[in-house]
Amino acid sequence: MTRRVAITGIGAVTPLGVGADGLIERWSAGESGIEDGFGRCREFDPEEHLSIKTARRADRFTQLSLVACGEALSQAGWDDEPPVDPGRTGCVMGTGIGGIGTIEDQLEVLRERGAEAVSALAVPMMMANAASGVVAMRHGLKGQCYGTVSACAAGAHALGAGVRMVQHGDADACVAGGAEAGLTPFAQAAFANMGATSPSGVSRPFDARRDGFVMGEAAAALVLESEESARERGAEVLGYVTGYGATADAHHLTAPEPSGDGASRAIELALADAEVGPDGVDWVNAHGTSTSLNDASETEALKQALGERAREIPVSSLKSAIGHTFGAAGAVEAAATALALRRGVAPPTVGWEERDESCDLDYVPGEARALEGNGRPLCAISNSFGFGGHNAVLCMEAA
Amino acid sequence: MAAATKEQIEERMTEALVSFGAERDDVKRDADWESLDVDSLDLVELAQIVEEEYGVKMKEEDMKEMKTVGDAVDFVAERAGS
Repeated sequence: MTRRVAITGIGAVTPLGVGADGLIERWSAGESGIEDGFGRCREFDPEEHLSIKTARRADRFTQLSLVACGEALSQAGWDDEPPVDPGRTGCVMGTGIGGIGTIEDQLEVLRERGAEAVSALAVPMMMANAASGVVAMRHGLKGQCYGTVSACAAGAHALGAGVRMVQHGDADACVAGGAEAGLTPFAQAAFANMGATSPSGVSRPFDARRDGFVMGEAAAALVLESEESARERGAEVLGYVTGYGATADAHHLTAPEPSGDGASRAIELALADAEVGPDGVDWVNAHGTSTSLNDASETEALKQALGERAREIPVSSLKSAIGHTFGAAGAVEAAATALALRRGVAPPTVGWEERDESCDLDYVPGEARALEGNGRPLCAISNSFGFGGHNAVLCMEAA
Repeated sequence: MAAATKEQIEERMTEALVSFGAERDDVKRDADWESLDVDSLDLVELAQIVEEEYGVKMKEEDMKEMKTVGDAVDFVAERAGS
């Protein structure tokens, strides 16, 4: 018997602003945070939120994490005395690369000024587990704490790890999510040269005109807590994570399996974990990257896992509004899923206009749509897939 | 390397400590590292600055002897430009 996992806090810093409310409000209104071909967190100024000492010792992905986790933990009641035993509170943050900005800066220092000038802070800033470690330090979280690294599925894997931790009683609460700040010259060149990014600079998931993803940066986190713990201390339950499934394609370094087999198995596992059938799914928050391959294979995966029901369920991609935030994406999308279920809406795939033969589902064009739960709490899945063939899917339910 | 005065060294080290996050008003000769929230990572950075700008090596065992801002300034001033 596993424990039910409630969400008691949600935090996000994204190209749609600092704060989770802005994310869902602006996405639902069909706004886009993409400018000049990038999804930057333009409204994020680290100095507004962090002390000089904290900011200068943290790569941007950790700075974003501190603010997103701070928002989630504050909402969950961590402002003063920790409401849950710190030894039973975990922290897991995913990232695709970690502190790539620090790596690039310090490589330049090495080449221009020599080995002795390389910063003593380089290692603690660039390590991919810095976000989880620094967040745990700041909030005194002393349970399990680590980073997950699985490219664009890292945020979803982190949440999955947190869900299992709470389900199985290894922790009573866990702040989990993902962060990425990789809008650096090296990363831009590398993604462009592999043909992954959009030459037009437009993120158009599932649209016939899509030509690659738009790079973005973000962080988001959920406070996951056993329902029992949340109820006992009177915390507001914002939603539930009811299922988690993860698989590997074992197919290709970067291309998804065309049949969507790995992704569809992850969806099936998440639904089985949640004890929900295809008829119980009201919305899909898709991975939807705006690449030719992903959007076609994800569509296949949805049809495989959900059968005929796939044609009736609205499928939205948040990447249409903020671009691809890599290791943060799974967490930002899970945060947005929880918030959308709370509001009972499926936000739109912003800018979707032209149907593609290989993408033949309902991608919520135009504007947000009200969701009907047919008398039961609304339920959605949030998909995340990463280079390397990593698939992670979360099943979530409205409170 | 031009010889630096003790005042110049103190000003440069103060500037470095402020950039690490210490309050300028708290950085005084008799202030100890703990009161400035300066830890071992900050001291390594300070040593890098001192070596690059004054050619003075502050080794780990030297740093263990330095308890205050004044200790560090004196250590560097004694060796700088000599």
